[in-house]
Amino acid sequence: MDKFTVLTAIAAALPEENIDTDKIIPARFLKTTKRSGLGVHAFDGMRYRPDGSENPDFVLNQEPYRKAEILITYDNLGCGSSREHAPWALLDFGIRCVIAPSFADIFNNNCFKNGILPIALPREVCTQLMDDARQGANSRLTVDLARQVIIRPDGKEVPFDVDPLRKQLLLEGLDDIGQTLQHEKAITTFEERRAQAQPWIPHIVLD
Amino acid sequence: MAPRTLFDKIWDSHVVETLPDSTAILYIDRHLVHEVTSPQAFEGLRLSGRRLRHPDATIAVVDHNVPTSDRTLPIEEADSRNQIETLERNVREFGVPYFPLLSARQGIVHVVGPEQGISLPGMTIVCGDSHTSTHGALGALAFGIGTSEVEHVMATQTILQKPAKNMKVVVEGQVGPGVTAKDIMLAIIGHIGTAGGTGHVIEFAGSAIRELDMAGRMTLCNMSIEAGARAGLVAPDETTFEYVRGRPFAPKGEAFDEAVAYWKTLASDEGAHYDRVVELRAEDITPVLTWGTSPETVIPVTGNVPDPAAEPDPSRRRQMQRMLDYMGLEAGQKIAGTPVDVVFIGSCTNSRIEDLRAAASIAAGRRVAPGVRAMIVPGSGIVKAQAEEEGLDKVFLEAGFEWREAGCSMCLGMNPDRLTPGQRCASTSNRNFEGRQGPGGRTHLLSPAMAAAAAVTGTLTDVRELI
Repeated sequence: MDKFTVLTAIAAALPEENIDTDKIIPARFLKTTKRSGLGVHAFDGMRYRPDGSENPDFVLNQEPYRKAEILITYDNLGCGSSREHAPWALLDFGIRCVIAPSFADIFNNNCFKNGILPIALPREVCTQLMDDARQGANSRLTVDLARQVIIRPDGKEVPFDVDPLRKQLLLEGLDDIGQTLQHEKAITTFEERRAQAQPWIPHIVLD
Repeated sequence: MAPRTLFDKIWDSHVVETLPDSTAILYIDRHLVHEVTSPQAFEGLRLSGRRLRHPDATIAVVDHNVPTSDRTLPIEEADSRNQIETLERNVREFGVPYFPLLSARQGIVHVVGPEQGISLPGMTIVCGDSHTSTHGALGALAFGIGTSEVEHVMATQTILQKPAKNMKVVVEGQVGPGVTAKDIMLAIIGHIGTAGGTGHVIEFAGSAIRELDMAGRMTLCNMSIEAGARAGLVAPDETTFEYVRGRPFAPKGEAFDEAVAYWKTLASDEGAHYDRVVELRAEDITPVLTWGTSPETVIPVTGNVPDPAAEPDPSRRRQMQRMLDYMGLEAGQKIAGTPVDVVFIGSCTNSRIEDLRAAASIAAGRRVAPGVRAMIVPGSGIVKAQAEEEGLDKVFLEAGFEWREAGCSMCLGMNPDRLTPGQRCASTSNRNFEGRQGPGGRTHLLSPAMAAAAAVTGTLTDVRELI
């Protein structure tokens, strides 16, 4: 997982509520065997017209937002299915930070597991940041995770909350696995103790 | 020590370490792997140069994408074929035990685990599939996980989790004729709702549960997730031990006796605390089915479709009307007598030999109604072979049912077995969501016997009229 420290980037405003994971990545793309490559299908139904051409009205089809790394929406982003393909699609498109008044639980978890920082801020602050985003290529936002602030183009700072454990994982670029493997000695000890106490637990070995 | 529940005991015995925010590193005894939610996890291991810590605690099968027609023919759907071939490459590279498509041991992962003695009482069992709760029937803590967690288990043989709350669902008494484990579970979900078990592990208890065979207990635990629970559990007892005895991967001889001695200590202690207790009387449960697009929309087969006008909450009213429109039903109509197009008997909920026997007992000597497509999809190659040994295949074929190969099939239609828009299906599966069995398909969840009754009459029917 890539570290998340300081991100200065173009932000795209998508002022909608209840953007569900089906909208982020429709079900027909779940038969893939990759995490990568889903970016082209992100927001498929909003991004493309029925004939497959780009919908010019959709923000991520417009310059400079094709290069957006921050996405700002309204409430309950990522509701619906638990599919991890949703954050995979966002990440593959280039999104590293999502900002909204609220997130669905599982989507929120899945973002952290994939190096995307979800930031919850009051709706009126989201609206202000959307206004910043609409100012174009020179109007970038800076997200400083260590200091827990968003720096707006005019230099004003917006503080945000983040779970301390998860913040640490993002700053160090450690995924859960990396964190757990720091406890590998405890796992090995557990396995040895258990093998003695319950030697009857079978190993799965095929002929 | 304070009295503990079955869940508490399994949990406590698997905590490797508790992190400062009360998250536990929980040891996992069995990791079941299938083709849809594993490819990215294997890829993750490869990219990070990590090994799969315990191939000998892992088993892989193909089930979601597999065709249930002639297996010697190539798989036509390219993306399904690719997911299957990818799993086969991955299990070779990482040394994971695997039951391939043409093995008799292939089948739905939640049928195969218990059947092979891979899933055992007291274990922690995970799989990238929400119906992993099935294995709780053995008295194992079993739950579904996401793909990042699949990779986490592969690399560490543990999972990070905070403890669940304890819930007990007690069903005392004796069920009447034609009432099965499926009816009991649908009745429970109808009673507590699809979020009724959220944040909890449900332990099923009471005389009606003790009476159930292992297949019935698996049906019950399988659908715990439809009640919103993290997992379902039944305390291991003699029925469990007799089921496990002699299974290919179960402990043998003295090791088995030692295991049983341990398993007997797992039952909840007298006075153990439950955060929530729900009680049902078995005598109150009748054959039931669902009318809507949520598993909680349960009514007796003798009942009528509810009228949204009687619902005071406007948003619930709108939702009910939307369900009626989608399902092509009228408010207040009798549910029995509604014509069906397709009957699906299968899925990790109801595809075991006991389920097929129950369906065959209704199908015997009868004919599938004209215009109805009725499919039997056994849960595994072993179930299929057992049924053929008992002559059930002939019963079904003579009655006009299709006798198919094992897999998830029309439960979710990732293979070619799908409903077409508007088709109405009497289904022994677990989810009746919009489009679940195929875009525009209409699903009624019910028991195998009720599904067979629908097949031979061509309509949703009270099975008690046929027994």
